[in-house]
Amino acid sequence: MRIATAKETYIADEGLLTTRTQRAWMIVLALVLVLAPFVLNAYWLYLACLVAINVASATGLNILTGYTGLVSLGQAAFMAVGAYAVAFLDGHLGTPFLLNIFAAGLVAAAVGVLVGVPSLRVKGLYLAIATIAASFILHFVFTNWVSVTGGMSGVNVAPARLFGIELASPFALYFVIVPITALMVLAAANLFRTRIGRAFIAIRDRDISAEVLGIPLLQYKLMSFALSSFYAGVAGGMWAYFFRVVTPESFPFATSIFFLAAVIVGGLGTILGPILGAAFMTLVPELLKYVVEWLGPVFPNAGAALSPVRTIVFGALIIFFLVFEPQGLAEIVRRIRRFFHLWPFKT
Amino acid sequence: MTRPAPGLLAPAHLAVSGLSLSFGGLKALTDVSFEVRPGTITALIGPNGAGKTSLFNCISGFYRPREGHIRLDGQDITHTHPPARAKAGLARTFQNIALFKGMTVLDNIKLGRHAHMKTNLLQALAYWGVARREEMELRAEVERQIIDFLEIDHIRNKPVASLSYGLQKRVELARALAMRPRLLMLDEPVAGMNREETEDMARFILDVKEEWGISILMVEHDMGMVMDISDHVVVLNFGKVIAQGPPAQVQGDPQVAAAYLGSGNPAELMRRLSAVGEAA
Repeated sequence: MRIATAKETYIADEGLLTTRTQRAWMIVLALVLVLAPFVLNAYWLYLACLVAINVASATGLNILTGYTGLVSLGQAAFMAVGAYAVAFLDGHLGTPFLLNIFAAGLVAAAVGVLVGVPSLRVKGLYLAIATIAASFILHFVFTNWVSVTGGMSGVNVAPARLFGIELASPFALYFVIVPITALMVLAAANLFRTRIGRAFIAIRDRDISAEVLGIPLLQYKLMSFALSSFYAGVAGGMWAYFFRVVTPESFPFATSIFFLAAVIVGGLGTILGPILGAAFMTLVPELLKYVVEWLGPVFPNAGAALSPVRTIVFGALIIFFLVFEPQGLAEIVRRIRRFFHLWPFKT
Repeated sequence: MTRPAPGLLAPAHLAVSGLSLSFGGLKALTDVSFEVRPGTITALIGPNGAGKTSLFNCISGFYRPREGHIRLDGQDITHTHPPARAKAGLARTFQNIALFKGMTVLDNIKLGRHAHMKTNLLQALAYWGVARREEMELRAEVERQIIDFLEIDHIRNKPVASLSYGLQKRVELARALAMRPRLLMLDEPVAGMNREETEDMARFILDVKEEWGISILMVEHDMGMVMDISDHVVVLNFGKVIAQGPPAQVQGDPQVAAAYLGSGNPAELMRRLSAVGEAA
């Protein structure tokens, strides 16, 4: 049961974690994240890094789509911009790892602002179409600006180096990628405790009255685009160091849909949503692979027959969540929390 | 209960002169002139379609008038954008409530202060230094001055969508007050309210005038309330000002009676209006 949560100061009342239980869970999560690489095998570590990268990008998209209400299908293209920026900086200028990641974010943010310009005039589906158009233009640039992007064959990225240590394995990269993602999630959570985060939500809920309250719409919409694509750029930068090769096909258009689905399945407009959504979307296909393997002895030839079924089951799961949990996975967590607020006294 | 310090806000003087607005061939407003004197309540009344909301939208910056000027303390704001008007001290509520449904009462009220805050994006992401200090000052001020004042402390953490109509109207007033307005524009503050809610709202509006020292301009159909609390009444019909003056004078104006009833008998108008008041 939740008791003794009354606060004596406003600062305590407006904290990110307001109950002892929340704090305890956060410590457990931190411990699990720190210890995981020593327990997991290479394959699962690879997946963990991939989840972390996807969480960073999904959190960015959530700022734009979930909180500001601007639907974007350009997230993959912004990630690609970040990945190419890292490849270029690392290959041509040899600048240090963390700087490259940061610069990747800034370059993507600049591109994001450009793509966001139509958002003052168009909303909803129309804006989504505009961002699709932008991703195809960017794809064209990636394929044809050969001197920077290497054209269709792409560019190779040397292993990241930090403080003289080469970060080539998922084990080493894990200790860089996960903290960066954690920081980005924390920053997003902070943002929505301040006037800028509130302004984003105001624009989503009712843009006309937001304007009367003194929120300049264009400036804030562009800021949301910039921030969202900054997150995508950083995620793309980490992706580039992780996979060490960037081609125009590294970030197909389907990846943008992947992120939009992750944010929706996880829960639009919540901090937890994109984390759960990205983990779900990344891990469930892998888990289904295991299920298929287990079914092998029961159904001979299961691999060949069930692989296509895996995709269908994955799609069906997404539809299942949209229908039965339209608020997303985050709502399930909230419901469990509410249950324990009163437990064991059921009302 | 802590009250805001008297004289915290200097009430504004609004002067509308020769305002005309048309949509295509339709003249919504024709040569409208009136004033809101500092620290008074001015009511804008008139039959449906008289142009009251159009006039409101001109003053808050959604419509661009074809002719005429809107001056706030002598400064011409006719062609400025809504955010600039908010900064100049103009706040408004809407006829159909325009709160942010996805947010709590507290966050809605805090949004009112947006234009007065300085936190930039980087500070917001770190929630450190200026961002944190500003948020805490805001919270303390909102709690002390607005939430206590409007008696909404029991709902501060509730999502707006779960509140009753009357409470939502009160939260909208709270959000407008958080803007530190010098001129508060209320579009039908008591429409659809029962008598008790109407009386509460009337009391809050009077308190806002007297304790916060804010000039108020309101559109309202509830004649009982208009005559009770306003200092000055402006009557619009077909986009023109047909009468203005103190409530008693406007009540007795045959033209006003004609606009509402089609016949020019003020006594009949008052009888009917009070009958409506009884029925509500």
